[in-house]
Amino acid sequence: MFRPSHFAAVVLFALFASVVFGITQRETPPRMFRYGIYCFVLFVGSAVVLSWLMFLIAR
Amino acid sequence: MQGPVPYSLLPVLVRYSQKGMATTPNKVSAAQKESQQGFVYLPLIAGWLVPGAGHFLLRKWGRGALLAASIVGMFALGLAMQGKLYGGAHDILDMLGLAGDLGSGLLYIVSRALGLGADQVQVTTADYGTRFIVVAGLLNVIAAVDAHNLRTGRKA
Repeated sequence: MFRPSHFAAVVLFALFASVVFGITQRETPPRMFRYGIYCFVLFVGSAVVLSWLMFLIAR
Repeated sequence: MQGPVPYSLLPVLVRYSQKGMATTPNKVSAAQKESQQGFVYLPLIAGWLVPGAGHFLLRKWGRGALLAASIVGMFALGLAMQGKLYGGAHDILDMLGLAGDLGSGLLYIVSRALGLGADQVQVTTADYGTRFIVVAGLLNVIAAVDAHNLRTGRKA
């Protein structure tokens, strides 16, 4: 059984979803690549920011 | 207000009135339509049944391979995490989960036939796995629609 940490699961999820979003939502390869990177950073970044917010609220 | 048309507007009006006539752009679009004859939903259906197949049919090898790797990878990781494959719809959440799972097409059908996936979620990792499987199905639907848009010429 594959048991990734929560962060590893977030990174894997962001990677796969960003590849699909990049390819399907833009028309040219350079723009696909840029949009994929943008989505990946937003996925992982928002997860990190929300995690810190929840951590600070819980304290 | 109606009246005589100013001479300065005449070239604009002539160009506008020629838009629907058999000019060169129309001949080009007719040729495009001719080349697009056939079953336009084939890439959509193939892409739904097998991730990336819609793009492969349209000879978009790189895009198809990346889409297939992402969607199959996500689905396989979901199964490896002991994610749940929704089998029936007992409540609204199960119904939504089943709709997401069905988006994976043959991956879902074959996995169900082989008895893969957990029946119940018992550990946190299995919950991640269940989401991975559902999202893989939803991403596959997006990819199949993208193949359809490429086929119809809505997307380049």
